[in-house]
Amino acid sequence: MFTFILRRTLASVVVLLLSSVLMFWLTVHSGDPLADLRGSNADNVQQLMDARSATMNLDLEWYERYWIWLDGVAGCFTGSCDFGVNRSGQDVLFMTGLAAQSTLRLVTAATLIAIVVGVALGILTAIRQYSGFDYGVTFAAFLFFSLPVFWAAVLLKEFGAIRFNDWIAGGQLGPLMIILVAAVAAVALSAILGGSTRRKLVTGGATFAFVVGVLVLFNLLNWYRDPISGPFMALLAACGAAVLVTAIVAGIRNRKALYAALTTAVVGIVAYVVLAYTPLLADPSWPGLFGLFVVAIAVSLLIGRLWGGYNKKQVMLVTGVTGVLTSLVVVADILVGYWASFLGLKSRPISTIGSQTPNFTGDFWERLIDYGTQLILPTALLALVSIATHSRFTRSSMLEVLNQDYVRTARAKGLSEREVVVKHAFRNSLIPITTIVAFDFAALIGGAVITETVFGWQGMGQLFITGLRQVDPAPVMAFFLVTGTAVVVMNLLADLAYASLDPRIRR
Amino acid sequence: MSDTQQNAAGPGPGAADVEELLPEAKSYSANQIVLRRFLRHRGAIVAMVVMAAVIVVSFTSIGIGSIPGWWDKDIATAYDKIGDGGPTWEHPFGQDTIGKDYFALTMRGTQISLYIAFGVGIISTLIGTLIGAIAGYFRGIVDSLLMRLTDVVIIIPLLAIAAVLGRMTEGSLNLLILALGALVWTSLARLVRGEVLSLRERDFVMAARAVGTSPGRIIVRHILPNTVGVITVSATLTIATAILLETGLSFLGFGVQKPDVSLGSLISEYQGAFLTRPWLFWWPGLMILAIALSVNFIGDGLRDAFDPRQTSTKE
Repeated sequence: MFTFILRRTLASVVVLLLSSVLMFWLTVHSGDPLADLRGSNADNVQQLMDARSATMNLDLEWYERYWIWLDGVAGCFTGSCDFGVNRSGQDVLFMTGLAAQSTLRLVTAATLIAIVVGVALGILTAIRQYSGFDYGVTFAAFLFFSLPVFWAAVLLKEFGAIRFNDWIAGGQLGPLMIILVAAVAAVALSAILGGSTRRKLVTGGATFAFVVGVLVLFNLLNWYRDPISGPFMALLAACGAAVLVTAIVAGIRNRKALYAALTTAVVGIVAYVVLAYTPLLADPSWPGLFGLFVVAIAVSLLIGRLWGGYNKKQVMLVTGVTGVLTSLVVVADILVGYWASFLGLKSRPISTIGSQTPNFTGDFWERLIDYGTQLILPTALLALVSIATHSRFTRSSMLEVLNQDYVRTARAKGLSEREVVVKHAFRNSLIPITTIVAFDFAALIGGAVITETVFGWQGMGQLFITGLRQVDPAPVMAFFLVTGTAVVVMNLLADLAYASLDPRIRR
Repeated sequence: MSDTQQNAAGPGPGAADVEELLPEAKSYSANQIVLRRFLRHRGAIVAMVVMAAVIVVSFTSIGIGSIPGWWDKDIATAYDKIGDGGPTWEHPFGQDTIGKDYFALTMRGTQISLYIAFGVGIISTLIGTLIGAIAGYFRGIVDSLLMRLTDVVIIIPLLAIAAVLGRMTEGSLNLLILALGALVWTSLARLVRGEVLSLRERDFVMAARAVGTSPGRIIVRHILPNTVGVITVSATLTIATAILLETGLSFLGFGVQKPDVSLGSLISEYQGAFLTRPWLFWWPGLMILAIALSVNFIGDGLRDAFDPRQTSTKE
């Protein structure tokens, strides 16, 4: 296995090198870097042209310039990175550092959301093939990948940002909106759960009544401006997550797994209550939070191992996932707690431009909310297309697997539907999905170029487009280097997943 | 959960193709079966009608090249503005800022976008299938080389390399189609390879090899028919991708150049008009949506109709 990884990594490095040559050649030959000066009427135009030629080494052949660039980048391995300078002589490495931060934040968030939501939707539509839910999701998926991104962005800015900001100033849902939301929830849930018409009506009716009740209560409590948070809410959410994870992974009848998951959730929330009074959570830092997360996962796995009994692996999976979810619940709970004070600092929470509010003064958590609100619209836009793709591929790959003989055998020997879907069908349907996910990451970074332009983010996209317009290879290559490396890493992960999922492909 | 199992194993009660469960009195050829299944897919039929309408209207209304169509306005003339230029009987899609007929402009944009989308779709599907099938079947060094080639293209974000190539084509439509077609085949190649890799281990391929069938014939006759589902789904996605890619390129200024108009360049030209002249924003966007949606639904219908495994699911 080790040689397999090593070989793939080496191959990836070669691929990256070849692509960089291709990209460099294409960029250099895509136009005339002096075009704007040739049309200029300035007196010192010759002097300007000479200066730019000197900065960009235009008197050298393209492969000599490529070599200079490659030499600078290779310096990264010896501790002296040099990405070159752009045509005005600015250091590209510095510009890249700033730009990559916001872009990777955007793309990573979109990828994670897209994988979770897309794969889940794909499985649900596959096991409810030809139902109303299937048709609904299929239509929505088609709609989303038929959307021109910036066309949708204009709509999203209008309805997701400007109208939302107007609405949050009052923070009350109208009766029509309440009925609409409840109706959508009722139809969706009854369609997912399925069953006879009678059962669907009961599910739908109950959901409708419940959602209307909750939304009216939210209105009365002024929840949208001042939401209730705290350990009790967090405990409810964490236990809910624990039950859900158990039900999906191990089955609710597996008491050991259920108790292990609930223990994890309770331990997590108790730790939250204790830590809330220490600087670790009250005034945190990124490394501190990451450390806490790692500790949380370790403790969850330990709990799983202690509860595990004869099937430690499965229970540890349950507690591990529950641990991750509980950590997320805790962070969400803290953020919800800060929402009211955040609204006090920034009365129109979602602005349509930029990756963060300039001159924003708030503590760590308030700044995190600011990042979050600025991230929501572009992420949603990016993720929608990927969710559509993932759900379609998951659906078709699940359907194919569900028609295989071994699934019929699994059903015939009396396994529960959950075991058939999770253990036999899902694992095998993952094989084509891993390819799509890794490939989609590259598409997302490409898509981010447009999304960033529309939402005015100073990211990699900006760097790339400006560079290309000016036929300036250094920023374009910096964009390529960051995205290309990210794609290589993703493809490597996909290869590993591929090999571990399908023994026939292991070489 | 009994109904779940029924749904998962085959179409539930009330599904359109329930009659196929019955033994068929008349026998049909393979093509007839595919056609019958396709005709039963309601979404695909509606999509076919929409698509045909879009193609016929866009090409007959303003004509092709020098051949005139039935619409009496052209794309170049600035007409007298009626009111604020909003949709009227005279100009059903409204007029742009200087009074040009927006229906004619949108139709011209539709023609160009359709041309690009189908051109790119055909080129990329051919390349992708060929490379994926050869790499998957022969494995070894051929596979490694072809997949590294795919990686070289895949590793550069599609929009980025398309933008660079788009800039190099300098507004030539056919060059743009070739360039885009030479870029978007990668996902299909990897998918086909993945399928072929697992199909070539099946018994029927071994049987074919044992009786001395040539590799080319095994790939074309035995393996590729089993990947038709993947290829059609991917090909239709590619056509939709091509339309959207062209839109994105035109938005960034690296796609279709003036005086040509595509649906993408129309939107990017009038994207600021959302609040003042909303029709300039809505029509081309809705046309793109209509085309891409139709293509996707047709692909879905084709998948259901073509997939040879479909028949094995009927109990």
